[in-house]
Amino acid sequence: MERSEVLKQFKPDHENMLNILHALQNNNSQNYLSEEDLKIAASYLNTTYSHIYGVATYYTMFSLKPRGKYIIRVCNSPVCNMENSTKVIEEIKKNLSIEVGETTDDMRFTLELSECLGKCEEAPGMMINEDVVGNLDNVDFKSIFDNYN
Amino acid sequence: MIQEKRITLKNLGKINPESIDDYINEGGYKAFEKAVGLHHIEIIDEMVKSSLRGRGGAGFSAGLKEKFTSEACLRCEQKYLICNADEGEPGTFKDRIIMENDPHLMLEGMLIAAYAIGASKAYVYIRGEYYKSIDRINKAISAAKEKGIIGKNVFGSAFSVDVEIKLGAGSYLCGEELTLLESLEGKRGYPRIKPPFPAEKGLNGKPTLINNVETLATIPAIIYNGPEWYTSLGTEDSPGTKIFTISGDINNPGYFEVEMGVTLRQLIYELGGGIKDGKKFYAAILGGAAGTFVNESVLDTPMGFDTLKEKGAVLGSGAIMVMSEGRSLFDITNSILEFFKHESCGKCVPCRIGMPQLLHIMENLKNNKIGRVEALDLLLYESEFMAKSSLCPLGQSPILPIKSLKQYFENEF
Ligand SMILES: Cc1cc2nc3c(=O)[nH]c(=O)nc-3n(C[C@H](O)[C@H](O)[C@H](O)COP(=O)(O)O)c2cc1C
Ligand code: SF4
Ligand code: FES
Repeated sequence: MERSEVLKQFKPDHENMLNILHALQNNNSQNYLSEEDLKIAASYLNTTYSHIYGVATYYTMFSLKPRGKYIIRVCNSPVCNMENSTKVIEEIKKNLSIEVGETTDDMRFTLELSECLGKCEEAPGMMINEDVVGNLDNVDFKSIFDNYN
Repeated sequence: MIQEKRITLKNLGKINPESIDDYINEGGYKAFEKAVGLHHIEIIDEMVKSSLRGRGGAGFSAGLKEKFTSEACLRCEQKYLICNADEGEPGTFKDRIIMENDPHLMLEGMLIAAYAIGASKAYVYIRGEYYKSIDRINKAISAAKEKGIIGKNVFGSAFSVDVEIKLGAGSYLCGEELTLLESLEGKRGYPRIKPPFPAEKGLNGKPTLINNVETLATIPAIIYNGPEWYTSLGTEDSPGTKIFTISGDINNPGYFEVEMGVTLRQLIYELGGGIKDGKKFYAAILGGAAGTFVNESVLDTPMGFDTLKEKGAVLGSGAIMVMSEGRSLFDITNSILEFFKHESCGKCVPCRIGMPQLLHIMENLKNNKIGRVEALDLLLYESEFMAKSSLCPLGQSPILPIKSLKQYFENEF
């Protein structure tokens, strides 16, 4: 979608700042906020580039560098940590051959850490884009990732 | 055997959460219809009488907060009602359960609260990762608009209201009410100094009422059944029901809505199916990361805001993380402190410097550079200092788990 089409869904109100940044990021095929995205948001909201930049860098769900098609967010908060999320992170790193914060060469997966995802009853857990995947203690990560092409 | 008593979860599993007709067939929006037929002061009176205490963690009287916001000014051009759906306290997932299963109930509570304080604009500020809840609430808002339940002159009254959803973007601190306001105004999530309270100067400087999802979802039943009905449930200091979310070393982790006054023993052994692998109970953390450790001496204490406070513990969000024998208090404390360090916004010095300092003490203990007693005393000293001098409640939080460790596990930490 054209960026202007995305923006049209929102009133140019500062109260829509985060909704707008989410929408622009989702609309970006590389799952991030490019300089162009930030500039157009700034002009739409009638504010400075530095204001938008400041907001975009504060919140962990926004990225200013390109990311994969699927964002993996592994919960590392106390409940999941108690249930061995550290091992989960290590296994995913090995499986995808990337470090936390990196993207696979084929631009499919980006690995990130997250705080409590509100799925503590199935700890340890993670999200893959919008899906929550829990009970990761003894799973075959490859077969999970194969579902995401 | 204790039974669940469901008020905020009464429709769970019984209705299709995406069908407003299902909700209405179960008596939905009757309380809102009743409310707009009453004077707004009557609603506030009922709420004050119900003694409902905020479910976001602090336990402040929901009725009084409505009263203050309502009285903040008589002829303001604008007031706001905000539903705090930023749920991020580790171990807590009650708001998600409500929103995924009965979004209209939360919405109805919001509409009644908005009417009570005279707000024509209401927002749901929801954490960005809660995709399913976001979808359900969006659908609920659209359906309610279509039916004229949200809009102009609802149920033929003079009351008009609009509801919108606003997304968070991954910040625990933005669940703190003043930080939430900054975020909603399109800024970085840095806290504001209190006072002024939101009731006087909230969103865009206008009187604003901010309530938690579970608090709001309780309102329809109170208005429909009356405050006496509500106070007949639970305990004197904490009437009504509460959703507890139990995780960790337990056979049936999950959510349970029960009357206040329930004991930890009942929650763990009767509803939660007991400790995993037949092990012994060792410790529980009540209230999340910004919560408190307790040992088995608290197993039979009736759960309520004040009863737990007397024991040096907190009810908080209703999160209960259970640890069986053999668990390391050091590891979980370290994880809690890592969490705080990650979520500290860095605006004020005591918290920005203090969080890494706490972890440094942990590191020294791990490397045997200091002893356990000394480490705990240092942690206490440092976190007390932070509690006194930090700008917002996040920097004032580490003292909670640390002090309770000293109280209940001084010799085992
Ligand atoms: C760091 C921090 C995070 C918070 N996060 C939440 C939250 O996610 N949801 C919530 O309802 N309250 C949260 N609170 C509490 C709110 O500041 C506020 O007290 C609450 O929303 C008031 O609603 P209530 O009166 O209905 O409990 C948080 C507080 C702090 C200090
Ligand atoms: S106490 Fe921590 S989170 Fe709060 S303002 Fe200070 S640095 Fe930020
Ligand atoms: S602590 Fe991992 S989902 Fe809550």
